[in-house]
Amino acid sequence: MKAHLLLEDGTLFTGESFGSEGEAMGEVVFNTSMTGYQEVLTDPSYANQFITMTYPLIGNYGISRDDHEALMPYAKGLIVREHATNPSNWRNENTISHFLKEHQILGISGIDTRMLTRRIRQNGTMKGIIATGSPTIAELTERLAQPLLTNQVEMVSTKSIHIAPSFGKRVVLVDYGSKYNIQRELVERHCEVITVPYDTSATDILKFKPDGILLSNGPGNPKSVPVSIATIQALLGKVPIFGICLGHQLLALACGADTRKMKFGHRGGNHPVKELRTGRTVITSQNHGYTVDETSLIGTQLEVSHRALNDETVEGLVHQTLPAFSVQYHPESSPGPLDSSYLFDQFIDLMEAFNQKGVAVYAKG
Amino acid sequence: MPKDNSLQKVLVIGSGPIVIGQAAEFDYAGTQACEALKEEGIEVILVNSNPATIMTDTNMADKVYIEPLTAEFITQIIRKERPDGLLPTLGGQTGLNLAVELAEQGVLDREGVRLLGTDLRAITCAEDRDQFRNLMREIGEPVPSSAIVNTVTEALQFAEEIGYPVIVRPAYTLGGSGGGIADHKEALAEIVENGLRYSPINQCLIEQSIAGYKEVEYEVMRDADDNCIIVCNMENFDPVGVHTGDSIVFAPSQTLSDREYQMLRTASLKMIRALNIKGGCNVQFALDPDSFSYYVIEVNPRVSRSSALASKATGYPIARIAAKIAIGYTLDELKNPVTGQTYACFEPALDYVVSKIPRWPFDKFVAANRELGTQMKATGEVMAIGRTLEESLLKAVRSLEIGADHIEMAEATRYSYEDLIRRISTPDDERLFLLGEWFRRGYSVTEAHELSKIDRFFLDKLQLMVQIEQEIQQAENLDIDLLRRVKRMGFTDRKIGELHGKSEKEIRTLRQAYDLKPVYKIVDTCAAEFTAETPYYYSTYEQEDEATVSKKPSVVVLGSGPIRIGQGVEFDYATVHAIWAIREAGYEAIIINNNPETVSTDFNTSDRLYFEPLFKEDVLNIIEKEKPVGVIVQFGGQTALNLAHALRNEGIKILGTSLNEIDRAEDRKKFEQLLQEIGVAQPPGAAVTSIDEAVAVASELGFPSLVRPSYVIGGRAMEIVDSEQDLRSYMEAAVQVNPEHPVLIDRYLMGKEIEVDAICDGEVVLIPGIMEHIERAGVHSGDSIAVYPPQSLTKAHVDRLIEMTTQIACNLNTKGLINIQFVLHRNQLYVLEVNPRASRTVPFLSKVTGIPMAQVATNIMLGASLKELGFEGGLWPESSEIAVKVPVFSFAKLRRVDITLGPEMKSTGEVMGRDRDYARAVYKGLLAAGISLPRFGTVIATIGDKEKEEALPLLYRFHKLGYQIVSTSGTAEFIEEAGLPVNRVNKLSDGSPHILDRIRAGEVDLVVNTWTRGKTPARDGFRIRREAVENGIACLTSLDTVEALLTTLETIYLSAEPLEPAYTSQRPNFIQA
Repeated sequence: MKAHLLLEDGTLFTGESFGSEGEAMGEVVFNTSMTGYQEVLTDPSYANQFITMTYPLIGNYGISRDDHEALMPYAKGLIVREHATNPSNWRNENTISHFLKEHQILGISGIDTRMLTRRIRQNGTMKGIIATGSPTIAELTERLAQPLLTNQVEMVSTKSIHIAPSFGKRVVLVDYGSKYNIQRELVERHCEVITVPYDTSATDILKFKPDGILLSNGPGNPKSVPVSIATIQALLGKVPIFGICLGHQLLALACGADTRKMKFGHRGGNHPVKELRTGRTVITSQNHGYTVDETSLIGTQLEVSHRALNDETVEGLVHQTLPAFSVQYHPESSPGPLDSSYLFDQFIDLMEAFNQKGVAVYAKG
Repeated sequence: MPKDNSLQKVLVIGSGPIVIGQAAEFDYAGTQACEALKEEGIEVILVNSNPATIMTDTNMADKVYIEPLTAEFITQIIRKERPDGLLPTLGGQTGLNLAVELAEQGVLDREGVRLLGTDLRAITCAEDRDQFRNLMREIGEPVPSSAIVNTVTEALQFAEEIGYPVIVRPAYTLGGSGGGIADHKEALAEIVENGLRYSPINQCLIEQSIAGYKEVEYEVMRDADDNCIIVCNMENFDPVGVHTGDSIVFAPSQTLSDREYQMLRTASLKMIRALNIKGGCNVQFALDPDSFSYYVIEVNPRVSRSSALASKATGYPIARIAAKIAIGYTLDELKNPVTGQTYACFEPALDYVVSKIPRWPFDKFVAANRELGTQMKATGEVMAIGRTLEESLLKAVRSLEIGADHIEMAEATRYSYEDLIRRISTPDDERLFLLGEWFRRGYSVTEAHELSKIDRFFLDKLQLMVQIEQEIQQAENLDIDLLRRVKRMGFTDRKIGELHGKSEKEIRTLRQAYDLKPVYKIVDTCAAEFTAETPYYYSTYEQEDEATVSKKPSVVVLGSGPIRIGQGVEFDYATVHAIWAIREAGYEAIIINNNPETVSTDFNTSDRLYFEPLFKEDVLNIIEKEKPVGVIVQFGGQTALNLAHALRNEGIKILGTSLNEIDRAEDRKKFEQLLQEIGVAQPPGAAVTSIDEAVAVASELGFPSLVRPSYVIGGRAMEIVDSEQDLRSYMEAAVQVNPEHPVLIDRYLMGKEIEVDAICDGEVVLIPGIMEHIERAGVHSGDSIAVYPPQSLTKAHVDRLIEMTTQIACNLNTKGLINIQFVLHRNQLYVLEVNPRASRTVPFLSKVTGIPMAQVATNIMLGASLKELGFEGGLWPESSEIAVKVPVFSFAKLRRVDITLGPEMKSTGEVMGRDRDYARAVYKGLLAAGISLPRFGTVIATIGDKEKEEALPLLYRFHKLGYQIVSTSGTAEFIEEAGLPVNRVNKLSDGSPHILDRIRAGEVDLVVNTWTRGKTPARDGFRIRREAVENGIACLTSLDTVEALLTTLETIYLSAEPLEPAYTSQRPNFIQA
């Protein structure tokens, strides 16, 4: 069946539907990872977005039960050049087409994804509408004028508290749309992980007597979840905090800094980030459309710890007096390079030091 | 960390001649490195023995030494130049081995030269299997169980323990020379014996076979600050068991999930760190197709063939960045030259599929064993880019120039099911095409997978292509949707037409009616995330075209495609020079080529690079888009010339010598007429199209005759026939080879062969130089040692050569280059062959004369005259220096190939030797070609009856030098009769210990063998020659080469002679001869 993708700027793409049928609207973004489409698709940070994979062959190794990053995908649609109908890998259990259909997600293939990527690069992230069947352009244009929803965090965050018990450090994971691999990294380090909904109050969080708090990744604009900003402010200094992606942005907002929308964001597994303390550059996995505005850090207690090599945007922050640090990228990878998993060790060390001394600051040297 | 300012002067080692396993990729890498160093203000000293390279042009380095790549010569250069650093990682295994040798001899320490890019430990660790395995164990990376052996017994013992099959890998060899897979005791004994001999340290690794695993490669870079990145990963179509240089390869990997990808990526980074490499490195893995388990196969601590491929596949200039790292820079301070704004410290993202297919020499060596294993056999490779795997693969197939534009092969239709099963189970060069046939017959993917262990993903793609074929066949009409779908899968118009019962032209017209044209996308390292300025394009069937045609007039240069025997890097050299000249003349230079190894496909070389097949449809599409003022076909060898007619028929302007004139030179009758008109002699002969005609002509001319098909590459299928019977069997084979063109029969004239390259503007003819061949006519010019300036020609001969060349060039209205081969037979000069295009000798002659021949010729094609360019007609003043071009062969890699020199070209590369006199130049040339020249030793001489008289004085000279002569009965008797001492050895039929045993035992320094008649491998001569080659012993098959060698030995080494007796009663009679 034919499917259309209409962008806000009027560009129309026609391809074949390979997911569920129907129509949806979302923000069109592109991801440059050559592998890891399943992890991308199930990353809750992509809630309400259309993901364009720049690599043209998607679905080659199928879908495996072990590579989900959430219970279900929250993306609105997947845009590819070609989807594999005969995937091949020892762990393959499903085709990507069938997977999308199972989860009522739109899929459009046969698209000049390089052209689409260039449009997004030139004009910035745009709204788009995907529709299967044969609606008129006028109809689509009209519907595209509606605003996008901004309650993605509410949509993807856990509704109830759940615990992965252990005898190690107790970490409260504030779930804004957390990827499974954050939990896996913590569990691997023997942490007990208590996952709580995004709007859990500071008092309720502290009742668990956690050794540390991990502010997870999540979708959308950090300013759309003001409730969390107040919560983080109340937690700061009481217990070590590690923020990832949206969690990093929320930490910044909580400390008085500001965030802004980027033209087309960073999405992929090849982003170089420099750790200012060591001068070392690592290749990171990224997925963000907003960034902490560096000029807004003046007057706050935050200091830049990591910076994107290419566009020099803020990629990591450390609190100068309180035990809190954060990164804009994904140390949990999945997909992407495993180079940054040391940050979880750093978090463990920070919790350890805090426990011993009562008060510790993330040390920079 | 910025540049290390203590480095003022750096010595770069090149990789030497092109051999199988070490080809043009090192010219590309070396050229990039020299440029990268020079732009930093570093004085670059370059040493390389290969004149046919851009890197040895004098503008590439501050000083260029074309000298033999031996520790001795490099030491001398180091003493003279006093460089601060030595960069060996861009010269392949040759460069690394020399660095180790220099370091171990203490030269580097003594002369205060720092080893750059990698340390000695990394080189030895990656090459010495034992050290390597220990290191892998330390860092917890799995390697297959294996044992280092120094004897055959040890090998057999180990194989008993772990079970067959096992892989044998000799230490320190190029392209896996001497290795192989053994599945039983006898095979293992043979391979190991051979392998030990190849290894300079007499060491082999016997390894548990992991054949059938997926083979995956990672290209890694690291700097002194320990920043590490992956440039590219690649997945082989062929599972482990086939040398990666002989595998079809895709980039990026296609069937690896992110977990597998990252697992191997992390392992790669761990390894480059453990080896402390500062620069580029290549890691090869075997990945279990059914679990996460994997093994490390190999690490190359240097720039490699794979890194050249990765550079072209991603746009990331590995060699350039590696050179910058070697002088102190870090990745995070170097800009990515493709985007100009982002940094080199990142990992390229591809938004296309890259395919590489090796180019094998089996079309030339029909007798060679074409099975593929751990020993590389390909001479070159092609790369193609597409937005689908099918498109990418089919573009690569038609880039090969093997007469295929699809995954099919005419002969395959005749194969039985059993034939197919057998050949799909054992990898060879045709397996891809046989798989096409397999699916066309409706057999299953499952069975193909079981037989070949090729991943189902790839097999499914092949099956899908076959299904589409059927869809086209059955379609009533080709609607736009179907045609678009098929074009997106890379089918050619010709193939679609054939399937649909239409002509290629009709499909093209239909496509145009649908406005279905390819678009051009940029290779930009970043999947369009950042703006890129690189003019590096590939075609595909998509929506948006990114190639912008500039208003400036442009000229298209057709490249020469993959490196193969007969069409080597020399043609890429000329192509690059043509591009330079075009740009300098104010035009935009556009190159179309598909060879990932070369300088011409570096996106910095031209104004626009189209990485595309040199196939009519693809070339026409580009020309239609670019609308150049003309196309240059003179530099792309036979490849470009073959396309010229198709282009002209489309009304496209060919610059330079007109096609009619080129045809006139290639057409026997027309050419004969031309020569008659200007009074130039030619060996009598005729063109024939039937066997009877051939026999009639030959009996009139008399035997021996030289026979060849018209339109040839590198003398393919050319032979000297001695009898009617030989002629008949040749004709039967040759006519099958090429039914469209007649076969030429000439009287074979024995004599000295002379080669002339000239440049003509239509009126004036400049002859940069005349070269004399050491081997007599009958040996292909590409396989002869060429000497410049000629040593044995009289002034009258030279004058006559100038006169004839001038007449022929003018008469053919040549605009550009022309190459003419002559034979001096009984004091008369005859024309053997005229090639109105760039020849193999252009780089050699350009270097020794200083005339940039290809550039001058290009300027003429663009309208300049020689006079305007500052040249006059006639022979350019000869230099006082002597230069020789010595061919280099790769026989050791090609089992069952006869090494005898003849009219068919067999060499893969060349070296140059130059010095103030002839003997020294030959000495250096032979040495650079890998022929050692011991002062004394043992020579095995087995001489055919016809050559015995001629050989005797030569053997006497060996004797005088102190050589022991070893011969079998026939030759020995003859030598003894002449009064020379000889050491007899058993013939093969006499039983062991026989002649082969002597060779195998390493008791021989040189083999002279002229037993060439009758070409069945069973013949003793063949076995002797093969034995010599496989034991790394120089084997000479032409007495002319022997003579040159002797002259050199006599001149170089001081001889010891007794006083002449007062009265000489009995002198051997041959002294006067």
